[in-house]
Amino acid sequence: MKIIVCMKQVPDTNEVRINPETGTLMREGVPSIMNPDDKAALEAALRIKDASGARVIGLSMGPRQAEAVLREALAMGADECYLLTDRAFGGADTWATSSTLAAAIKQIGCDLVLTGRQAIDGDTAQVGPGIAEHLSIPNLSYAEDIRVDGKDVVVRQQYDESIHTVRAGMPALVTVLSELNEPRYMTPGGIFDAYRENNLRVWGRDDLEIEDENIGLKGSPTRVAKSFPKSVKAPGMTINAGADESVQFIVDKLKEKYIL
Amino acid sequence: MTYKGVFTFAEQTDGVLTNVSYELIGKARDLARDLNENVTAVLLGEKISHLAPDLLAAGADRVLYLDDPELKLYRTEPYTQAMAYVIEEYQPEILLIGATALGRDLGPRVAARVHTGLTADCTALEIDPDNKELRMTRPAFGGNLMATILCSDHRPQMATVRPGVMVRKVADPERAGEIIELKLQLEKNNCYVTVEEIAKKIGQHVDITEADVLVAGGRGVGGEEGFALLQELADALGGEVAASRAVVDAGWQVKERQVGQTGKTVRPALYFAVGISGAIQHLAGMEEADYIVAINKNPDAAIFTVADVGIVGDLFEILPKLIKTLKAEKHD
Repeated sequence: MKIIVCMKQVPDTNEVRINPETGTLMREGVPSIMNPDDKAALEAALRIKDASGARVIGLSMGPRQAEAVLREALAMGADECYLLTDRAFGGADTWATSSTLAAAIKQIGCDLVLTGRQAIDGDTAQVGPGIAEHLSIPNLSYAEDIRVDGKDVVVRQQYDESIHTVRAGMPALVTVLSELNEPRYMTPGGIFDAYRENNLRVWGRDDLEIEDENIGLKGSPTRVAKSFPKSVKAPGMTINAGADESVQFIVDKLKEKYIL
Repeated sequence: MTYKGVFTFAEQTDGVLTNVSYELIGKARDLARDLNENVTAVLLGEKISHLAPDLLAAGADRVLYLDDPELKLYRTEPYTQAMAYVIEEYQPEILLIGATALGRDLGPRVAARVHTGLTADCTALEIDPDNKELRMTRPAFGGNLMATILCSDHRPQMATVRPGVMVRKVADPERAGEIIELKLQLEKNNCYVTVEEIAKKIGQHVDITEADVLVAGGRGVGGEEGFALLQELADALGGEVAASRAVVDAGWQVKERQVGQTGKTVRPALYFAVGISGAIQHLAGMEEADYIVAINKNPDAAIFTVADVGIVGDLFEILPKLIKTLKAEKHD
């Protein structure tokens, strides 16, 4: 059994701050991390490997430094990794990203694709279902439990108001919620192994069998016209007084606004 | 054939339309007015045609529906086949889908199949007056930044839209419109999955997006004992208790009550933020509330930047007194 885990290197958005004067993102010193939902997907794959044996393959697309998340994956227990990196892949929206990753998956071959529900920088949740569509395999989103049963995968999917237990024939793609598990730490031996050269492959444009119009900027139906900081409303009044005065202040204000 | 019309996906579960389905039609009406085109709602399910008049009343000019037992429970593939068929057959200019769990699963699959762009979780949509393109605005970087996205060369221009952001129109039962049954034979293929079980989530009857008053607690509330105080305050104000992500992660409150980027977007008349520091992801879900009261020990908490009334202090001292005062006010 071969499992490919798609993972993205993202800035830790919890650490991103807005410069109050310029209204721009302050990204200096913001660490890059493995996207949390993707890390849960990797952990899920490693648990299947631990339980019943599987070859776990990490896959990422990004700039050369995205290699760091794949090394981390190797150190956690992945068997090999692929990094898709090329200027030609740059500027990809979710459509082109999923078609590029799908092309790589087709070439590597696998029974199961796992990936996070969404990345914390984009929050779109589109790449998983997009990959599945490009591969013409079922996608099962929002997994809170994954079980391999013979030639099928059985997944508990978390929808807004209900939980669906669904069975799909493999190959299939599952997107994973970070609530699914508590990812393991890297082991010292794992970190050592992660830096052996032969288990991380770097693929460029020419290594992929894909048309030019399905990758990068050219393959992206959408484009960002502009980005801007959120408009902030004028702050109200904040007081630092005793409990009695505070309560009176709240009640007076609510009456003033006819809320009470 | 040219691409024409604003289409919306009418999401229903067990024969009940979701709120966002109405909100989409409300927004679609505005867009259709600016384009001088019509609004079409697409309704999929089993035995759901009785919902069509509601969609006309909500503002649709036409309802396309497909009644098929394969559509009884949501599954990605048959729903994608139906939506792809509608797009090929009717060539919409714009297609809006609610950014619910279902919509965020269906949307990208459909967009990939018909080869068009999809903008996720939009909070603003407008027609460019010059070239009539759809300008789709969404939060990025966990709500730190807004981005306006265009899909110039592919059609339809597709967007999923955050529930609770667009405003539904007042229903007009007298509105006339067309109701058309789609003739489509769904094709069973390898992408079909089998639903083995459906379990309703506990507490799913609570809909914090519908409440006029929300009393939301964060990590500072400390635990279940603190939330009992919040519940008392909510009761005194006739509202519901809500929570930050930290609280839901800690298991003190259910996910259905979570406000923020990964929870619900709310715009109540009154929002109490108690012991909530105000991470940008939380603010993204509540800053549109009409009136915000924040109580926090830390005078530098970010929540104070959006609060109309900010109280620096200990919630365990303030809340009991506030509850007592509010109860006394009620009796007067």
